[in-house]
Amino acid sequence: MSAPAAEQRFARFAVSPSRRRRDRFARTAILAATLIALIPLVLIVYYLLRKGLSSWSTSFFTTDPTGNTFFKSSSIGGIKSAILGTIEIVALASAIAIPIGVGVAVWLVEYGRESWFAQTVRFFIDVLTGVPSILFGLFIYIVLVVGTGSSYAGYKGSLALALLMLPVVTRASEVILQLVPGALRESALALGAPRWRMILRVVLPTALPGMVTGVLLAVARAAGETAPLLFTAAATLKTNFDLGQFMNSLPVQIYNDVTSPTTAVVNRAWGAALTLVAMILVLNVIARLISRRSRLA
Amino acid sequence: MRSPRPQSSVTDVEPERRSEIDEQGGEAGDPAAGMQSSAAVATTQQAAPDAEPGLAVRLEQLRAFYGDAEQVKGIDLEFRANQVTAIIGPSGCGKSTMIRCINRMHEEIPGAHAEGRVLLDDLDVYAPSVDVVAVRRAIGMVFQKPNPFPTMSIYNNVAAGLRLSSGRRGDLRSKVESALRSAGLWDEVSGRLDEPGAGLSGGQQQRLCIARSLAVDPEVILMDEPCSALDPIATLKIEELIAELKKRVTIVIVTHNMQQAARVADRTAFMLDGRVVEVGPTQEIFTNPGDPRTEEYVTGKFG
Amino acid sequence: MEAASIPGGDRGLLLRSPLGRLPDRALKYGLTALAALILALIVYFFIRLVGEARPAFARFGVFGFTFDNNWNVSAEQFGALPLVVGTLITSALALLIGVPVAVATAIYATELCPLRLRAPLTVLVELLAAVPSVVYGLWGIFFLAPKLQPAEQWVADRLSFVPFIGGGTVTIPNYFVTGLVLAIMILPIVSAIAREVMATVPADQKEAAMGLGATRWEMIRIAVLPYCRSGIVGGAMLGLGRAIGETIAVTILIGNAPQLGSHLFGQGYSLAAAIANEFGEAQGLHRSALFAAGLVLFVLTLLVNGIARALVLRAARAGRTAGAGSGAAGGHRIAERAAGA
Repeated sequence: MSAPAAEQRFARFAVSPSRRRRDRFARTAILAATLIALIPLVLIVYYLLRKGLSSWSTSFFTTDPTGNTFFKSSSIGGIKSAILGTIEIVALASAIAIPIGVGVAVWLVEYGRESWFAQTVRFFIDVLTGVPSILFGLFIYIVLVVGTGSSYAGYKGSLALALLMLPVVTRASEVILQLVPGALRESALALGAPRWRMILRVVLPTALPGMVTGVLLAVARAAGETAPLLFTAAATLKTNFDLGQFMNSLPVQIYNDVTSPTTAVVNRAWGAALTLVAMILVLNVIARLISRRSRLA
Repeated sequence: MRSPRPQSSVTDVEPERRSEIDEQGGEAGDPAAGMQSSAAVATTQQAAPDAEPGLAVRLEQLRAFYGDAEQVKGIDLEFRANQVTAIIGPSGCGKSTMIRCINRMHEEIPGAHAEGRVLLDDLDVYAPSVDVVAVRRAIGMVFQKPNPFPTMSIYNNVAAGLRLSSGRRGDLRSKVESALRSAGLWDEVSGRLDEPGAGLSGGQQQRLCIARSLAVDPEVILMDEPCSALDPIATLKIEELIAELKKRVTIVIVTHNMQQAARVADRTAFMLDGRVVEVGPTQEIFTNPGDPRTEEYVTGKFG
Repeated sequence: MEAASIPGGDRGLLLRSPLGRLPDRALKYGLTALAALILALIVYFFIRLVGEARPAFARFGVFGFTFDNNWNVSAEQFGALPLVVGTLITSALALLIGVPVAVATAIYATELCPLRLRAPLTVLVELLAAVPSVVYGLWGIFFLAPKLQPAEQWVADRLSFVPFIGGGTVTIPNYFVTGLVLAIMILPIVSAIAREVMATVPADQKEAAMGLGATRWEMIRIAVLPYCRSGIVGGAMLGLGRAIGETIAVTILIGNAPQLGSHLFGQGYSLAAAIANEFGEAQGLHRSALFAAGLVLFVLTLLVNGIARALVLRAARAGRTAGAGSGAAGGHRIAERAAGA
């Protein structure tokens, strides 16, 4: 007797079919959208590999682009100057942006803290993160190309990239430095260490893995940027190690090749794109591996 | 609120219950238990005519696991209909885990699962044919920390559960009012139903959560240390509420406060290390426990 | 401890020599000077930008420049409305397509995904952010745009009665494909912020919903999403800011036709694309007009990012107060994300 009664009484709690349907539909839609989000990634990787790998060869990496656009593929050259140029320009940009960015971050966390001056600095740096990257190139162009009457140069491109990297490096470093426990600082000071030694010997080493991660990500980002380089380093074909001259770079090389009517040149663009993405991915992977070793966050 | 069923169905159910009770008379090894339950039955008869009595819950060999770790190690326990059963025990003994198995919240934790049977009257809520969502509606839960939905008004908080089920929404307003009245909150909030639920005091928030659970008209309400975050006055209000509510629903309350158990519970079970050591009428457990471990706990020797 | 009780020699130990304080002073003042220098540099950056843009604004008026529909290089007429409209159209498309997908991804990752798939899924979505913008342009113009053209033509033909979408010829570079690629580009950032916000939903909120007998989706609908509303909107606005400022991919994909966008599947222009396209050969007033365009672009981004950051910070603060432990850490991570975007 009681079994049917219990089930009857329980039946009023049953979930209506329409609720069940809505639940299933919503969950399916969400899963579908997630898969859709991954499709571009798959397609991009696939196409990069398919079209880019076929361009890869020893001569691809060891010859400069020749600037020929109408002849056979064998005479259009490779991307050597672009790769070297990217490495040089980004290296210089990092050498400028990293010490300055970390320095400002250290100041913000250790000295400036919440003072109105520090808040102002923080605010302006935040504002800088939102600037479209092409404007950095324009600024350097106005100040250093037009302003000085001189021409494009690799180091000017580096300066534009450094401006782009600066807020990213500063912000990331500041966040990590703030995570260093105050107790650690205090115990160092309590042992009689002067402030500078406490920062250099205790705070920075603890924050190092996290900061390296942030820095590597900033470098990866800068390596992929085209717009700031268009009117600063511009582009050239020949490899040169003089940052005072025009300098080629992978993003600019790709950008210039994209509009070419010659298939061979476009294929070179794919090869260059694959190279660039590979370099960025390597930096990302290293950054992630290092962040795992961080004792903070 | 369901329309009141004719008195006859109450008496229909009764004979079964009485025989169950007679069986259980031997459970705690105490003839007084049987008498206590008859008194409970009598109370049921005198319950408000429009309140349906709740259902009994019985655990059979309930085990609960977190991954491979067994936290609840085989429990047979009964929660009598329209009674308040308290679960006491030291922290870590598995009382919260056990109670969460009753409304199948335990399995929401990744890697956690439960074995055994949990019978709502005669229906095993762990049976494959049973919808877990329906179980949770039938067995409500009030949590340790009051958790009204912060983005919703008082009204919408109470209505939240009701709105989930489609149809028969016409009397939403009256259901909300009745739930708030049953939770003893109506007089305090009737003028400000549109205010955010999170703006109430701790005790009011907890009563709001009780109203929210009551609104869907469950058979059982589980309370996991409902007063531990509240001040004594709010606690008292809720304990008074429990005494009223048991006329409508079966209540299981986990508490670390033994005085509270003594105040509100008809029966009390003492748990230790994942097992039920002893269960019986509250008075017995506190004044004349059968097991030495129970005695040690209730006299404060540990826990 | 009285100084007098310390023998004279040891008292000297307590006092640092002026020389000993030098490194500390040097570091402090050096870094402060650095911060001040950077501040000055940033201010100078804006001053220069405004200075270069001034001739154009003087000639056409700020409103005239921004809202006149007349971008004619050869005639030295610079009304930037086509650029502004193009920027808005592509960004709106990016939001319309990208935000729902990003939020869905976040919901899946936090609420529905099997635990062991969560990390790989997150990494995959983040990988989209590692692809540089020029590569998106390359892939877009050579793979996506041609592939989409037949479908776009079909839609334009079927819906020819609908303004803006229907009728007209479908060009390969067009607003739609630009918006689509922008949507893919902003997906990682919007998804990341949505994910972080959803992770701060206190477990007891979700339990309250489940305890009432809610299905999984109902639980997400009443406990998770309302809680995350401002955080998600903030994340969407950050994505918008990114889409507005995006230059290279847009230049490659939009067709660079300085006409007012009249057709979804037609060519168009945007503020950033105009600068990239025309700056190389621009002189005098033209150059000034491009700087002015850059300034308009920057002000737009500033506004959008400002609102975004305020919203995300609010969500982060709520995360901090709602629950200690994971909530606080999550709230902190959200703010960090927003600032680094």
